[in-house]
Amino acid sequence: MVYRFLIGLGAYWAFLRQVFQKPEKGSEYLKSFWREFNDLGVQSIPLVFIVSFFMGAVLTIQTALNLEDPLIPRYYIAIAVREGILLEFAPTIVALILAGIVGSSISGSIGNMRITEQIDALEVMGINPASYLVMPKIVAFVLFSPINLIFAMFSGLLGGYLAGWWLEMLAPGDFIQGLRLEFNTFYIVYSMTKVLIFSFFISSISSYFGFRVKGGALEVGKASTKAVIASILTIIVFNYILTDLLLK
Amino acid sequence: MIEVKNLHKSFGDQSVLKGLDIVMHTGKCNLIIGSSGSGKTVMLKSMLGLLHPEAGSIAFDGRDILSMVPQEARKLRQEMGMVFQGSALFTSSTIAENVKMPLDFFTSLSEEEKMDRVHFCLDRVRIENAAQKFPAELSGGMQKRVAIARAIVLNPKYLFCDEPNSGLDPETAMVIDNLIQDITQEYGMTTIVNTHDMNSVLEIGEHVMLLKGGLKVWEGSKEEILRADTPDVQDYVFRSHLMKRVREALRG
Repeated sequence: MVYRFLIGLGAYWAFLRQVFQKPEKGSEYLKSFWREFNDLGVQSIPLVFIVSFFMGAVLTIQTALNLEDPLIPRYYIAIAVREGILLEFAPTIVALILAGIVGSSISGSIGNMRITEQIDALEVMGINPASYLVMPKIVAFVLFSPINLIFAMFSGLLGGYLAGWWLEMLAPGDFIQGLRLEFNTFYIVYSMTKVLIFSFFISSISSYFGFRVKGGALEVGKASTKAVIASILTIIVFNYILTDLLLK
Repeated sequence: MIEVKNLHKSFGDQSVLKGLDIVMHTGKCNLIIGSSGSGKTVMLKSMLGLLHPEAGSIAFDGRDILSMVPQEARKLRQEMGMVFQGSALFTSSTIAENVKMPLDFFTSLSEEEKMDRVHFCLDRVRIENAAQKFPAELSGGMQKRVAIARAIVLNPKYLFCDEPNSGLDPETAMVIDNLIQDITQEYGMTTIVNTHDMNSVLEIGEHVMLLKGGLKVWEGSKEEILRADTPDVQDYVFRSHLMKRVREALRG
């Protein structure tokens, strides 16, 4: 199993070297970049918004229920919600969800192109298919990830604010006070760093699994599943490494 | 001219090409025939640089693609056109976009000039009115024509066709065969057609090569194949009832 993992890691590295090569024609790659920016980035905003909104709401309710103590100021609930959303939920949970949705979409579409010989057709035309198909996806998804993160943070905090107010668990004034108290701007840098790295892994790992599909439609489905699992495991491991490196 | 010399290719311990020697003639339809597993597709993919043989050389007018670095091989591939068995059209692009793609990448023509060339090629394969459609909206025969249009849009020197008639009715298959032959003669290309279809052999087989077990076992023209009496040709060509009748008719 370790041997297979190392072989896979080597193949993934070789794949990345194939991807990041000089484009045959920059303008065509740029066109592809904008298409991916819309497909992988803009179109994921509604999902990121909804997931983060309800996650923020749930986090507020649970924190409020666990901090039912007259000695603890109510705005502590908002501090806990803020730290939870900024440090963990917005970058990591959203990345995990996007690994499932965007990751399977990337590996499925590239895998389908592989089994219908569209990738061979690009190769025969003299185009580097790894570079043309994958580089714009990675660059677009990574560059869009800070925008997704901002949406996730904003909607998470909005969900928490509205849930506290709606359920009368936390007054709006207390929530705002908690959000502003001892705010550490490094947390934003920390989250941005995480999300950029996670986005790179999601897009590159999913492309790698899609690109090496052999067989038919069944194998495309299997590759999508493998891509999602590998992306999620990588995110979880690197989440631990980055937390250790950046917050210690 | 394309010269394949001493080509060896294996998959694991299974040897598919065992020292294949073949010469493809310029300005002709070179047909490769042979039963499944004879090495036709492996040979074609090796010629295109999609597979990497263990030994041998494939020289395109003296330029050996197997000894080139990937960038050089990609440059050479710009002189090739390929018609895939399943057409391999880009499903999310229109027909015009499919045909225009090589022009977008490898020419500095204006958008108007590119579209003129696209319409010329679509007109050449007689599907001009399908330019704004998507591949899924076309029949198998029409998709093959689009694939041919895309393959010739850069005026290639070498045209490869992998079983261009598979899945087509006899009438459409004949149209595609004739189209390939006409285009080959018109542009003076070296065309290589992989096929199982004896109708194609008899229709456009100017230079026919029979592969068996990874080696070339016979070559000649469509007229010669009907009179060939080697066991390999007899086995492959005259196995069907129809071809046996053809042979009997020829023998009077």
